[in-house]
Amino acid sequence: MNLVKTISSNMYVELAKRNLKRHTVRTILAAIGIIIGVIAISSMGILGNSLKLSVAGSLGDVGNEIVVYPSYGESVITEKQVDELYKVGDIEYIIPILSNVAKAEYKSESIFTNVYGLEKDGLYQLVELEEGYFLRSGSKDCVIGANLAENLDLKLGSRLTVKDSQFRVVGILKESGFGLALNPDGATFITPEAYKKLYEDVDDGYNLVIVKVKDLDYVETVAGSIEERLNKKEDVVTVLVTGSILKSIDDIFNSISLFLIGIGSISLLVAGVSILNVMLMSTMERTKEIGIMKAVGASRKEILKMFMMEALIIGVAASLIGGVLSFGGGFVVNILILKEASYLFAPSSIMYIVAGVTFGIVTSLAGGMYPAWKASNMRPLDALRYE
Amino acid sequence: MPDSIVDLQNVTKVYTLGSNEIYALNGVNLTIKKGDFVTIMGPSGSGKSTLLNMVGCLDLPSEGIVRINGTDVSTLSDDELTTLRRDNIGFIFQQFNLIQTLTAIENVEMPMIFSRMDAAARRKKALSLFNQSNLEIEYADHRPNELSGGQQQRVAIARALANNPTIILADEPTGNLDTKTGESIMKLLEDLNSKGTTVIVVTHDQRLAEYSNTTIRLQDGEIYHESGEND
Ligand SMILES: Nc1ncnc2c1ncn2[C@@H]1O[C@H](COP(=O)(O)OP(=O)(O)O)[C@@H](O)[C@H]1O
Ligand SMILES: [Mg+2]
Repeated sequence: MNLVKTISSNMYVELAKRNLKRHTVRTILAAIGIIIGVIAISSMGILGNSLKLSVAGSLGDVGNEIVVYPSYGESVITEKQVDELYKVGDIEYIIPILSNVAKAEYKSESIFTNVYGLEKDGLYQLVELEEGYFLRSGSKDCVIGANLAENLDLKLGSRLTVKDSQFRVVGILKESGFGLALNPDGATFITPEAYKKLYEDVDDGYNLVIVKVKDLDYVETVAGSIEERLNKKEDVVTVLVTGSILKSIDDIFNSISLFLIGIGSISLLVAGVSILNVMLMSTMERTKEIGIMKAVGASRKEILKMFMMEALIIGVAASLIGGVLSFGGGFVVNILILKEASYLFAPSSIMYIVAGVTFGIVTSLAGGMYPAWKASNMRPLDALRYE
Repeated sequence: MPDSIVDLQNVTKVYTLGSNEIYALNGVNLTIKKGDFVTIMGPSGSGKSTLLNMVGCLDLPSEGIVRINGTDVSTLSDDELTTLRRDNIGFIFQQFNLIQTLTAIENVEMPMIFSRMDAAARRKKALSLFNQSNLEIEYADHRPNELSGGQQQRVAIARALANNPTIILADEPTGNLDTKTGESIMKLLEDLNSKGTTVIVVTHDQRLAEYSNTTIRLQDGEIYHESGEND
C-alpha cells in the first residue's frame, strides 16, 4: 500500500494545483496581474492615509471647541456680547482673547508674531508649557511659542521687544502644531492689561472668544444657542466648531484616499479580466476532461468547485504576495510624495493592505466565476465529442 | 418486463445540420435484461454510439422513452442523471479518456470521490480494481501518457467499475488496441458479465461479437437484425 502515495485528502486542491502547473507561464502572468493590482490598491490607500495622517499630525490637538469671531463688517466682540455668552448653558469656560500681529525683536533679529492678550487662567487651558511659568496678572511678562523661541534664540529671562515695549520671557511653550483658533508656536502671549497698553488706540472688545463646552455631545447645541442669542437681529458673530472642521478635513482626505484607491482598482479590474481570460482558455482546453468527469459522475457543483478552486488558489497566493510587496510599494510612494515613510506601519495603513488582499481574492473569484459556471453547465456528450 | 434493466421504446434522435435532418436513431425498440452481454454492430455512422449514449444517459432522445431500471430518464434533472450514471453505469471509451493530470490510481478513485467515499476505503477499492483488471500495482502512480494503450484501457475499466455499476457500456473498447490486447480486454468484460454485470459493447469486429449472447445490428439508425445465438 505504501507503494502508492495517497492522493492529498482534498482532490480538488490537488487537481487545481496540477492544472495550474500545466500552464506555468500563463498562471504566473495571471498571478502577476493580481499582484500588481493588490500593490496598486494598497499603496494608493497607504498614500492617501499617510497624507491624512501627516496633515492631522500638523493640525495638533484641535479638540471640540467653539470659537466665536466678529462677523464680517464687525471689528470686535464687545464686553456686552461676552456677558451674553455667559448666559448660554452647558459651558465649562469662556476665554476672551485679544489678538494682533506685531514685529518682535531680540538682539539684532526680528520676526512677525501673533500677539495674544488673555488671562493666565485662559492661557493655562489652551497651551502647555515646556519650561518656566504662566503669566502673573498685571506683569510685563510674556509666554512665547516654541518656534518663536527657536527663531529668535530666546531663553527664559530674555527681554523681547514687541512694538517698542519690552517683555520678559517667563515661559516657553511646547510645540503644538498649526491650530484653528490660535497659532501658539510663533505667538507671544501677554496679559490683557499689557495688551491694552500696547494697543491703546484700537476699539474696546475682543478679537475672538474660545468657548469650551462641558460635554462633547452638547457642542452643536451650544453653538446653536450662541448663534441664537448673539445674532438675533443681524449677524454680528461667526460661530465655528473646530471639531466639525477637523471632520470636514477628514472627509476631504477620505475622498482623496478613495480616489487613489479607485485608480488602483482599475489595475485590479484588468487583472480580474485576465483571470477570466485564462480560466476561460482553461475550460475550453479541458472541455473533454469535463465531459469525462461528468460521464463518470461529477455533478455541476463538483465541476464548479474544481474551477473555483483554481481561481481561489491563484487569488490567495497572488494577493498574499501582493500584500507583502505592498509594504515596499507603500514605502516608495510615501518617500516619493511625502518624503517620509513613518506612516507606513500605522494600523490604518495596514488596514489598506488587508483591504487590498481581500479585493485581490474577491477579484480572482469573480474572474473565475463565469468560466467555472460555463464548465459546470457543459453537457457531457458535447464535451466528450470535443477534440 | 420486471427484469429488464434497459428499455427503449420508439427512440428517435434527430440532429439538425442547417436545413438537413439526420436521423441518428429512428424508432428503435430495445430491451436488455439484467446480466445480458450485448454487442452492437453496424457500419460507421449507423448510430451505434448514439444508441449507447442514450442507454448511458449522456444524451436524451428527441422522441421516445428510455428507461433505466424502470425509471424514465426524461423525468430526471441534469444532476439526477449524473447521479444515475455515477451509481449505475460504467463507461469505457475507444480513446480511453483518462484524466491526464491524474495518476492511474487517481483516475480509478475519481468516481469514488464523486460518490464521497472516504480516502482509505477508496484507495483500498482502487487497488483491488487494479488487481481485478490485471494491472500491476507498480503502474499505480504513472500518468496515463506513461502507459501503453492496453494498460490505459485496463485503467479505464477499473475506473468504470469503481462504483459497482450494474451496467458497463463500452464504445469500441478495442478499437485502438492490437488484436491480442483487444481479446484480453474482451475476456475481462466477459469475466465481469459472468459475475452478473450487464455489458453492452459497440464493436466493428465480428469475432468480438462472439463473446456476447445478443448481437444487435444497426443500419441508418434502425435495428435490422437482433440475434440471440447463445440463448
Ligand atoms: N452531435 C452531432 N451533430 C450532428 N450529427 C451527429 C452528431 N452526433 C452524431 N451525428 C450523426 O449521427 C449519425 C450517427 O452517429 P454515430 O452514432 O456516432 O454513429 P456510429 O457510432 O455508428 O459511427 C452520423 O451520421 C453522425 O454524423
Ligand atoms: Mg461511434
